[in-house]
Parts: sequence; C-alpha cells; structure tokens
Amino acid sequence: MNTATLEPAAHLGHRSRPFAWVQQSLTLAWRNIVRIRQNPEALADVTFQPIIFLALFLFVFGGAIAGGGGWRGYLPQLLPGLLVQTVVFATMGTGVGLNDDFAKGVFDRFRSLPIARVSPLIGAVLGDAVRYSLSIVILMTSGFVLGFRFDNGVGNGLLGMLIVLLFALSMCWIWVWLGLVMKTAQGVQGIAFLVMFPLTFGSNIFVPTSTLPGFLQAFTKVSPITYLVDTERALMGGGALQKPLLITLAWMVGLVAVFAPLAIRAYRRRT
Amino acid sequence: MTTTNQVAIEAVGLVKKYGSTTALAGVDLSVPTGTVLGVLGPNGAGKTTAVRILGTLLRPDSGQATVGGYDVVREAGKVRSIIGLTGQYASVDEDMSGRRNLIMIGRLLGYSRPQARAKADELLERFELVDAGDRTAKTYSGGMRRRLDLASSLVGNPSILYLDEPTTGLDPHARNGVWETVRNLVLDGTTVLLTTQYLEEADALADSIVVFDKGSVVANGRPAELKAQAGKQSLDVRPAEPAHLERVAAIVAESTGSRPNVDVVNTLVSVPVSDGSSMPVVVRRLDEAGIAVTELSLRLPSLDEVFLALTGHTAEEKQPDAVLEGASR
Ligand SMILES: Nc1ncnc2c1ncn2[C@@H]1O[C@H](COP(=O)(O)OP(=O)(O)OP(=O)(O)O)[C@@H](O)[C@H]1O
Ligand SMILES: [Mg+2]
Repeated sequence: MNTATLEPAAHLGHRSRPFAWVQQSLTLAWRNIVRIRQNPEALADVTFQPIIFLALFLFVFGGAIAGGGGWRGYLPQLLPGLLVQTVVFATMGTGVGLNDDFAKGVFDRFRSLPIARVSPLIGAVLGDAVRYSLSIVILMTSGFVLGFRFDNGVGNGLLGMLIVLLFALSMCWIWVWLGLVMKTAQGVQGIAFLVMFPLTFGSNIFVPTSTLPGFLQAFTKVSPITYLVDTERALMGGGALQKPLLITLAWMVGLVAVFAPLAIRAYRRRT
Repeated sequence: MTTTNQVAIEAVGLVKKYGSTTALAGVDLSVPTGTVLGVLGPNGAGKTTAVRILGTLLRPDSGQATVGGYDVVREAGKVRSIIGLTGQYASVDEDMSGRRNLIMIGRLLGYSRPQARAKADELLERFELVDAGDRTAKTYSGGMRRRLDLASSLVGNPSILYLDEPTTGLDPHARNGVWETVRNLVLDGTTVLLTTQYLEEADALADSIVVFDKGSVVANGRPAELKAQAGKQSLDVRPAEPAHLERVAAIVAESTGSRPNVDVVNTLVSVPVSDGSSMPVVVRRLDEAGIAVTELSLRLPSLDEVFLALTGHTAEEKQPDAVLEGASR
C-alpha cells in the first residue's frame, strides 16, 4: 500500500456503481433540457420556424404547387416532407451547442470530474432527442389543427414519427463531429446551411422530383432525404413502403457507422 | 510504511509545447499534503498550462506528475476523483442557475438528489450567492461567476484543489472571502495549488512559492525568503535635521541588523528589510533619542520589481547574491 495515495471522497460511489455512466449521461441530458427551458429563444429553430415554414409553403406556394387541389390537397404531401426538413435542420443545433460548450469552458469542468468520458457526449445527444421530439410534436400538432390526418392508421403514423426521430439521432453525429473539429460555432453553422439547403430543397419535400431538372433528379435518387420523405408519406398517408424504408434504414446505419466513430475520435482527441 | 511528510503533488520535468511556443520548459514541483503552494508569474509564464496538466485537462509532452500518488496521465480518473479545479476562466454553465450548476455537479459525482441539493445550498451560502442562486448564471457579474466556479470545484470535497488566479477580478470583499475559504480548507487538510499575479496574495496564503518565468521555475522558497532575497523592500527614514543622519543610520542598523545606505544628498537612510517588524523598534529608538523625522516608510516591492530581481535582470548590481537556491533550472 502506498501511503501517499489519497482515497477518493467517500460519497463518490462511481467505482462501485458499474452503470454510473448511465446516470451521468442522464444528468447531462437533464442539463440540456433545463437549458432549453431557461433559454426558450434558443428553441426557435424547432418551434416557430417549422410553423412559419408550414404556413408559408401551405398558403403562399401551396396553391401554385398543388394546382387544382389548393392548400388542402397539398397538406398531406407537404407535412411529412416538412417534418423531415425540420428535424434534419434541428440536428445541426447539436453540433453548434457542443462547440459552444467547448468554447465556454463547460467541458473543462466536466473533464475535471471523475465521470465517464463519453457521458457529456451521450448527454448532449440524448438531451437533443428531446428537442427533436418537441419539434416533431409541434409540427404534427399544427398539421392536425389544419386538418391533417393519419390516413394509413394511427399506428403507422406514430411509427413514422419514431423513424424520423431515429433518423435525426443518426444524422446528428455528422454535426457532433463537425462541432468538435471546427473552431467556432459560426463555422459549424455556416457549413450546416451549405449542406442543409441543397439537401432539403433539392429533394421531394416540396415538389415531385419529376418536376426537377435532370441533375437534381440524379441527386435526389441518392439523397437519403428523398427516401425518408417517401417513407413518411407511405406511413402517414399510404403508398409503397418497403423500398424507401429499407434504403432509409440503410442510410441510418451508414451515418452512425461512419460519423459516430469519427465524432468519438474527435471527442477523445479534444478531451 | 509511513512517511511523515507526504507529498500531494509531485511533478518532474514537465514540458509542454504549442507549436513553436514552449509553454513549459521542464518544470519540477513538489507540494506537501495540507500545504498551499503559490505559483507566481507574469502573463504567459506557463501557470495555466501547469495547472491544466496537473488537473488532467492537458497531457504533458514529456515529464510526469503524480497527484495524490496517482499518475496524471495513466490514472487520470483517480486523479479527478480527488481534485477540484477552478480554471482561470469561469467554466460555469451560463444557461442554468447557479443552484442548478451545483446540483448538476453533485449528481454527476454520485450524490442523491437531496444530497446534491443540500450541498448546493451549503455552497451558495458559503459564497454569498443565495440571493442570486436561482438566476441564470448569464446574469451574474464577473466576480459572482468566479465564486460560483469556485463553489463548483468544491462540490466533491476535493482533498487537492487547484485555483488558477482565483481572485483576479474580485472586489476586496470577495477576495477576502476567497482567502478565508482557502484558509479554512487548509485547516481541514486540503492541499491547495494557487496561481496568482499578486505577490501579496501568495504571501497571505502560501506556505511556499514558486516563481515561473517563460515556462521555467526561476525561484522557489517560502514567501519570506523570496521577499528578503528579492531585496527590494526597504525601510526609509528621513531625519528633519541633516546633522542627525549618522545617528539615524546607527539606530536603523541596530534595529534591523543590516547596514543601511546613507544618502547624504537627499538626507535619507534606507535599509533593505524582509518585513515591517523592525519598524516599531526604529520608531521607539528615534523617539528615545529625541530625533524628529519627516518621513518614515516601508516600501513594498512591486511584483515587477520582484520578478526583475528574481529573474536576475536588474538586481545584479545591487544584490549579486539575489539568485536563489534551486533557481534557474
Ligand atoms: N492553446 C494554446 N495554443 C497555443 N499557445 C498556447 C495555448 N495555451 C497557452 N499557450 C501559450 O503558452 C504560454 C503559456 O501560457 P499559459 O496560459 O500557461 O500562461 P499563464 O502563466 O497562465 O499566463 P496568464 O498569467 O496570462 O494567465 C503562452 O505563451 C501562451 O501563448
Ligand atoms: Mg493563466
């Protein structure tokens, strides 16, 4: 026994609790939720923005895009698409938030504590799952108020909401990674918009892909957004499900397989 | 095996480079358990870098360090369970209230909910943040943030505490509060390593001091030793009558035990001293001798003067022996 070795304070049960990291991650997820509550304006991107987008596309462009059907005919097409766009945009907030935490030194505090190294990362992602869920619920509620219905059954509709949430949790690893390797939060945001706008507007979210020029059609054929939107439309309204669902699931696995390790490596390097 | 003088922090040859900048150029430190080490140094000396390495936030390029007997690189987790760290820049979560910041840390450390709340209350009380406890930290003043940060580092009752410039930016009242806290922690057996720009602070709190300059330890010793050897504090006496110069010089010499400089042109007797303890003796003797003086003062060395003296840049002419034992490594 080395007498110079100091014993950790008695209350620190982390050595005897094998699942301490779970509780630590949950505590840090709680932190992210508390932050949302105390800082509601930071929630604008998942609350007002989707509602404004819904109103804008439905009432301003809806008539032109949907032709004879008017906005009521456009809603069943638009809402599943907007759901995808909203959630995909919300994922980038995860990277921006992480970058901010590092810049403000909050992670220095976490790292000087005897907690599992990955807890802050898992906590950030879990906390944001709540944010994503909130945006899904808000958008769907707005849709229901305007007359949207799960025409393919409530079970399938709810499954659609779950899949879009899981997709967001897969995709957020891109932004977690970028948030960790980039110097500033503005930089992350810049890249995010550069990627997000072509990805979501160059897709079948707002218009049928057959109306797009050839090069864009080629792009939509590989873009995961297209298949996720098709999956959502099939689950919420009916239509061919198998192919888009399988491709979407494959993309989800691929995104996690590539970007989660990159993010974790970047995280380990920074901590 | 028992060692009477246990070592809480031990660093040998710490080197850290940032590109072409050498932040630490081989630093050795040793802090006995239950004592306070003051790390003094100008901007860019490497103080923060050393603290971050000892706090497991940074890996040294070479050299090694143990904290509480654990290696800071290989056993970082164990080190973290016995240390508390307050960085130079407050690392509080601005979007949460002060109370929630503290509760979160308590929960992360494995406290139950009620325990974490009780600990938060206790610390808010101790750092006079009760009134502000439920406001988001974003609305705190700089000094309040620093106090919250300090409180955060104490949630886990660390046995070793690092404080990187803990009182920079605090008003005198808050600074006294921090000093009081440090003293109480030391009474409870905590080992403290604190960096500071203020000689006065190191003097007030530290059992021993190391002076960093350009990534190296240029001096170390007890505060009194350093100040004495810095040789810049002087007791000045100006007699009203120039004729009394010699008698004043004799009195000063007897009272302080050192030979004073006698400046005939300015009618000034001055002697280097380590502290002001000889001042009352001088006053009494002058009074007994019936000598009137127009000035009697103790000049404290500025930090600049101490650095200059300790780094040997200007002190050579006056005090060739000012270079300290163990210096220039
Ligand atoms: N992340 C970094 N990247 C590049 N250089 C760095 C980095 N951190 C510190 N340095 C450099 O290392 C040297 C030591 O810095 P350090 O922060 O340890 O000094 P310090 O003694 O704490 O100074 P201060 O009193 O200003 O806080 C400086 O020259 C600084 O520029
Ligand atoms: Mg510093």
